[in-house]
Amino acid sequence: MGDNLISVNNVSVNFDYQENFISKKQKIHAVNNINIKIKKGSFFGLVGESGSGKTTLGRAILGANKISSGNVIFHDDERDYDLTNMNKQDLKEYRKKAQLIFQDPYAALSPRMTVRDIIAEPLEVMKITNSRQETDERVRDIAAKCRLNIEHLRRFPHAFSGGQRQRISIARALVSNPKFIVADESVAALDVSIQADILNLLKQLQTELNLTYLFISHDLSVVAHVCDVVAVMYLGHIVEMGPSRELFKNPKHSYTKALLSSIPSIDPEKRSEAIELKGEIPSALNPPPGCVFRTRCPNPGIDCKGGEIAMGLTEVEPGHWVDQCCVL
Amino acid sequence: MSNLLEVKNLDVKFDTDEGRITAVENISFTLQQGKVLGIVGESGSGKSVTAKSIMQLNPGNTFYNNDAQIILENENTLNFVSKEDLRKIRGGKVSMIFQEPMASFAPAIKIGKQMIEQLLIHRDINKEDAKKISINMLKRVGIADAEKRFNQYAFELSGGMRQRAMIAMALSTMPKLLLADEPTTALDVTIQAQVIDLIKDIIREYQMGVIFITHDLGVIAQVADEVAVMYLGRIVEKGPVNEILKNPKHPYTKGLLEALPDINNLDEPLKPIPGNIPSPLDRPTGCVFRTRCPHHNPEGKDGKIEMKLIEVEPGHWVDQCGIQCGQNG
Repeated sequence: MGDNLISVNNVSVNFDYQENFISKKQKIHAVNNINIKIKKGSFFGLVGESGSGKTTLGRAILGANKISSGNVIFHDDERDYDLTNMNKQDLKEYRKKAQLIFQDPYAALSPRMTVRDIIAEPLEVMKITNSRQETDERVRDIAAKCRLNIEHLRRFPHAFSGGQRQRISIARALVSNPKFIVADESVAALDVSIQADILNLLKQLQTELNLTYLFISHDLSVVAHVCDVVAVMYLGHIVEMGPSRELFKNPKHSYTKALLSSIPSIDPEKRSEAIELKGEIPSALNPPPGCVFRTRCPNPGIDCKGGEIAMGLTEVEPGHWVDQCCVL
Repeated sequence: MSNLLEVKNLDVKFDTDEGRITAVENISFTLQQGKVLGIVGESGSGKSVTAKSIMQLNPGNTFYNNDAQIILENENTLNFVSKEDLRKIRGGKVSMIFQEPMASFAPAIKIGKQMIEQLLIHRDINKEDAKKISINMLKRVGIADAEKRFNQYAFELSGGMRQRAMIAMALSTMPKLLLADEPTTALDVTIQAQVIDLIKDIIREYQMGVIFITHDLGVIAQVADEVAVMYLGRIVEKGPVNEILKNPKHPYTKGLLEALPDINNLDEPLKPIPGNIPSPLDRPTGCVFRTRCPHHNPEGKDGKIEMKLIEVEPGHWVDQCGIQCGQNG
């Protein structure tokens, strides 16, 4: 598979749900039949509203959620890892290579550990280093790359601001020398001035350390700025996917169009002409049949109204995929 | 036009274990009926504290300075002590919408009951009328099945709907002044667009004054008439929204605008504001922004220039240190 790092093939994730102990067991369709390929060295963006399944997909790729059907393959240099069929030893190896950066830097760091211990923990748990000296060296090295000072390492997280804490969590994720990073809303909790700083840092580390990112965000402007490839998710399905410039300049799916038009413009004279979406995202317990977006679609075609067109991506331009219901 | 609200020389300080910290310093602004004042700034800049001072909702360890005035319809609300007076500003003349609507509704009481309760306190009506008003208000903010929702609990509603219910509740007492503290931050963009449209419609319809607090300059551009930019408890720049966003003078305002990812201009690299917001325990002397200011104005650096707003264009006020810095770059 040459230049792909991750292949996600027909992946679905369902959760069991029971309202109370006498009611029937139901299935929540969190992620449905997703196919994506993440190229080595790319910044892959995943956008969508809350409840669209972006986090679940990210966790499934990391092996933190059970995959109900389909498989995820991680193409390492020497060998491939199949996430649905992995023994404990493989999983341990995989954990070194794929890491997660969380959203909330206040909740992600233990208040009782010093920054040095926080960053060193993955090395100790995964038994990557052999001596304390070696651990310290790795910690200092990665801390410097994430622009933390040596004296910061002795302090506890409460002494740091949001942006600094996020740099600490990035250092912790990178210390095991991973190849693949899932950044789940990693800048959503930060102020704009700091957000720009963290995004620049992620970009810089990408070239320096040869990283591949899956960047999960609800903020389209951020995704447009940093990602090479973007997939738009809605109710567990990818409705549109393509190179980010192409996709944001020339969106094809009505949902992508609506999302883009909803971003409040910074120009006060350009009063927004948001395409209004009626209502809210339907429950994933019983998603509408056919195109999942049709209950809110501003221009439902005659065909899709009945929900007879199944979800499925069609390539409209090289690398630009759109759900077929909106192409027809 | 007469001013609905006038805030003069407001300082807010909190007594903490580590000493008395300044949250808001020497803030003055006015708001007219039917207008929206946007307050922007990073977390910790004192936006919410300013709004809460108007309703006297700050905690018990709060100190206001003696010459501060918050004048709402010719009454200084900072002097209010009695319950009757406080009720006037807490839900009577002033209502507030919070960021997290889940945390603002009591979880174990039906939404309808909460709406009726506050109407009975603030308006001289009976239960039947209160119910009618509440349901009409829920319909007005675009909640389908208002009668059904009226008898539900907050957790049964989705995020956008909860925020609408919150707005309906805040408006049902017909306040003169609405304080909206990050009302759209927790919402998805498509829902945010709906809620912004709704708030704008309602302002036009009821002609109330609104203070809209947010850190999102895009939202400010869409809703506000006037903007005040806050940093570390100080207003560093204020003026008409067009003027501030298109012709910013203060380096902090410029920095905020440059740090914002613009979807229409993807080639421009993101420029962060260097450094971190200083701890309120060691506020810089002089210009509060000088520790992060990109223009090393030697005078500003030493903190010898006092903070003072100067009118550079009609209605556009900028801190004097910021004017000098702004000219340097």
